[in-house]
Amino acid sequence: MRIDQHPILGGAKPSVKVKITVDGVEIEALEGEPIAAALLANNIKIFRYTDKFKEPRSIYCGIGQCTDCKMIVDGVPNVKTCVTPVRAGMVIQTQQGRGSNAEN
Amino acid sequence: MQKIEVAVIGGGPAGLGAAIEAGKRGAKTWLFDENYLPGGQLFKQIHKFFGSKDHYAGVRGFKIGEMLLEQAQAAGVNLKLNSKVLGILEDGSIAVQENDTFKTYHSQTVVVATGAKENALVFPGWTLPGVMTAGAAQTFVNVHRVKPGRRALVVGSGNVGLILSYQLSQAGIQVAAVVEAQKTITGYDVHAGKVKRLGIPILTSHTVKKALGTSKVEQAVVVKLDENLTEIPGTEQVFDVDMLCLAVGLSPRNELIRQFKCRTIYLGHLGGKVPVHNLFMETSRANVFVAGDVAGVEEASTALEEGRVAGIAAAARLGYLGQDEAQSIIEEYWQHLNSLRSGQKIRLEAKKTILREGVQGE
Repeated sequence: MRIDQHPILGGAKPSVKVKITVDGVEIEALEGEPIAAALLANNIKIFRYTDKFKEPRSIYCGIGQCTDCKMIVDGVPNVKTCVTPVRAGMVIQTQQGRGSNAEN
Repeated sequence: MQKIEVAVIGGGPAGLGAAIEAGKRGAKTWLFDENYLPGGQLFKQIHKFFGSKDHYAGVRGFKIGEMLLEQAQAAGVNLKLNSKVLGILEDGSIAVQENDTFKTYHSQTVVVATGAKENALVFPGWTLPGVMTAGAAQTFVNVHRVKPGRRALVVGSGNVGLILSYQLSQAGIQVAAVVEAQKTITGYDVHAGKVKRLGIPILTSHTVKKALGTSKVEQAVVVKLDENLTEIPGTEQVFDVDMLCLAVGLSPRNELIRQFKCRTIYLGHLGGKVPVHNLFMETSRANVFVAGDVAGVEEASTALEEGRVAGIAAAARLGYLGQDEAQSIIEEYWQHLNSLRSGQKIRLEAKKTILREGVQGE
């Protein structure tokens, strides 16, 4: 869910809409916004599952410190999605465990 | 190896203040920040700042950020983004990771302005998607303009928790309640007033017991606490929320300070271990200065002023202004700083302790 109207910040920021793929499904994102923002805007909240207990994780600190939000981006695992800007055509995958994408 | 005169670590209000003051006096100043956007946490502060006119009172945080970035550019500061300072090497140079490469820089002076990190609170369910720090919620809502949820519970009634609560409301996210373990609200009355006027209950002597949900937060269980902060059985209340925001304090981000072997002392009112320093913001290690939350968690306005002091002091060390001139400017800044702290007596005393220790430690 995006905040297009804000009492202090006004209307939506000028932006370029692009498509990215998340687990095989194409979604709309804004170029340059963090991947995590694009996912939350599309109501995608689970970013990865932990190695041992397969527990879901999402954003936690939002500024690239905690690494809870890491995903597989263009085949590279452990990418911090809260501080990695969106580029058109990016391929994002939910990360399983430490990032082997064998299961994806 | 690249040789520079002032290396500022961290591009928030403190680092920007330091870089502007050093740069505009002619020092070759580089500002390193690990993020891809400068400004630290200023751009998520969309409320108006307090203080006097000298301290941008009445101006919203993100506007101050824009002004500072312009000033840094005008001062000739070399802004290095995506550049994470990893530490100091034996020869005194600093090691920096820039994207996927490593570089070393030799700098005559260093200003450490690494800020603070948000404290965590651990309870059953705290790892569920939907539980996040207050800062994360502010970042997504105010900067990225995305709602991480529809209805939130905020834990902590300090200024961060209170400000977050009305900022969530401004963005159209409902706030079910603010819970506070202490007996009284810990933030400023003016912020608490805004929250109350929105009809958001602030439950003192209450905390979060657990978060419930199968794959993300669906409910939060809140419980009442007695005078010893012990849960009172049977007082549980359940809130239907999909966001749980933790605003439970900050700690100085002092890893580099410790690695630089600067002497530190523990001051709980400033968030934890802080480096001792003198009036010039210089630590026990010569030519290493500090500013902002890393020198004691306070506010953006004090961070900016401390940064300016550190930048002027570094420029004076390099001979860009006389020591006497620097001293008189810096003493004036300290008057500003003390007036900013006038409503925070405990913090003011803690900062005085740092200065006392800083003088003795030299």
